[in-house]
Amino acid sequence: MITASQKPINEIAELVEPYKKVLILGCGTCVKTCFAGGEDEVAVLASVLRLKFKKMARSIEIEELTIERQCENEFIQEASSGVDRNDAILSLACGAGVQAMAKRFAKKVVLPGVNTSFIGIQESPGIFTEECSGCGNCGLATFGGICPVTRCSKKLLNGPCGGSQKGLCEIDPDTPCAWHLIIERLTTLGQLDNLKTYIPPKNWNTSLSGGPRKLIREDHII
Amino acid sequence: MKTLSRLHEKLSNGEFAVTGECGPPRGSSKEVIQKKIKLLNGFVDAVNVTDNQTAIVRMSSIAASAHLVAQGLEPVMQMVVRDRNRIAIQSDILGAYSLGIKNILCLSGDHQKFGSQPDAMNVFDIDSINLVRTVKDMRDKGKDMSGFDLDVAPRMFIGAAANPFADPFEYRVIRLAKKIDAGADFIQTQCIYNMDRFREWIRQAADEGLADKVYILGGVTPLKSAGMARYMNNKVAGMDIPEEIIKRMDGIDKKNQADEGIKICLETIQELKEMDGVHGVHIMAIEWEEAVGLIVEQAGLK
Repeated sequence: MITASQKPINEIAELVEPYKKVLILGCGTCVKTCFAGGEDEVAVLASVLRLKFKKMARSIEIEELTIERQCENEFIQEASSGVDRNDAILSLACGAGVQAMAKRFAKKVVLPGVNTSFIGIQESPGIFTEECSGCGNCGLATFGGICPVTRCSKKLLNGPCGGSQKGLCEIDPDTPCAWHLIIERLTTLGQLDNLKTYIPPKNWNTSLSGGPRKLIREDHII
Repeated sequence: MKTLSRLHEKLSNGEFAVTGECGPPRGSSKEVIQKKIKLLNGFVDAVNVTDNQTAIVRMSSIAASAHLVAQGLEPVMQMVVRDRNRIAIQSDILGAYSLGIKNILCLSGDHQKFGSQPDAMNVFDIDSINLVRTVKDMRDKGKDMSGFDLDVAPRMFIGAAANPFADPFEYRVIRLAKKIDAGADFIQTQCIYNMDRFREWIRQAADEGLADKVYILGGVTPLKSAGMARYMNNKVAGMDIPEEIIKRMDGIDKKNQADEGIKICLETIQELKEMDGVHGVHIMAIEWEEAVGLIVEQAGLK
């Protein structure tokens, strides 16, 4: 999933402050799962903002709505009457959702309510970890299913570096050393020989480094 | 602000300045650089040394610039933000100044997709306008980006590029203003072939009150052939060569096309010399350094 966390309330208040009518638009998939922008978060944020503006003696109308996904037109459609009624949309979707809304409603102000973080998993309740950087050229087969491009702080392909101690990364005692994990896992799988292979410089052309990416599925183009 | 740059001195004296260009070799040959230095020395006030232009690996602009310094030719070290993060950038600026490099041109850099190693990861940690501000803060405040006091500040004359021919046209002057605000002392422009558009850009800059805030050096590149004109117009990003120029080159016998290219270049320089708001000319004779001396002499710039 795409993970995100809600922006600080003061920042959100500043963003919506110039507008009289604001639609807080939640997104019911990824950001709901990571507790950043589902309908529960929309409701709480709406109450906090109403209270905050009331204290400031500012009148602002806040409408709440959550759709299944802000990154797909068929769901976005459900928001159109709400969008029409308001001056600005505070989207609690990831950056893709915010931009999809902006694309769909060309004349409407669309503001981001969350900071989009990464592609990850919920490792344990309330703890989300980054697993994939979407580099467009997956090498997980070589690394026992653990991605050094994402999880090694130096993106080393021929790791580990000299800073690894007791399975931990040098940048932070809470960060496991990806290469330690890779070695453990390859040991379990009996594939430790993988480590002897020299991995050449990566082709980053398929990553964001090669420019904004587009996925084309000829068989699905109508 | 005071720098020890001779280019700066010349421009601040109100004289029409001339800069040239030197592309470092794809190897470690000092001799190639020295040959180019010989062709340029005495004809120009300073020479831009390109930084892995078109994203092709070449001798570093710092090292090549140091070779120029050693031969008494003043370099304008080009620096792109494509290949270095802010740590390397600041470190290289300090090192460059310690080697006697007193001018810098701050650029984004061509995307590596155009180069010989498109697999490379790019950096773009900061952008070219951030780079201008970084050099300015290092020079005028004597601080690096962390706010640390530098023992010796790099007192560089700071340049930036402008392309009056890129779209959207209306935004070009706004961006120029932004570069000047960030700290650009001089501007070198993209090659000028479309004089009408350049004139309009200069007029807009003057209307915005930018003409007195920065030295503008108009870029020129002598065309070697009609083929080159067509290639540049079609393949080089942000290049604008009007059809009449291409036709003019086409109408000339192949063996005389280079002469015609120089003639066009001289006509452009003549117009630039007479134009308010233009303070000099930047001659980019790409792998044709022999042409520079000729152009400078015939344009009466020596």
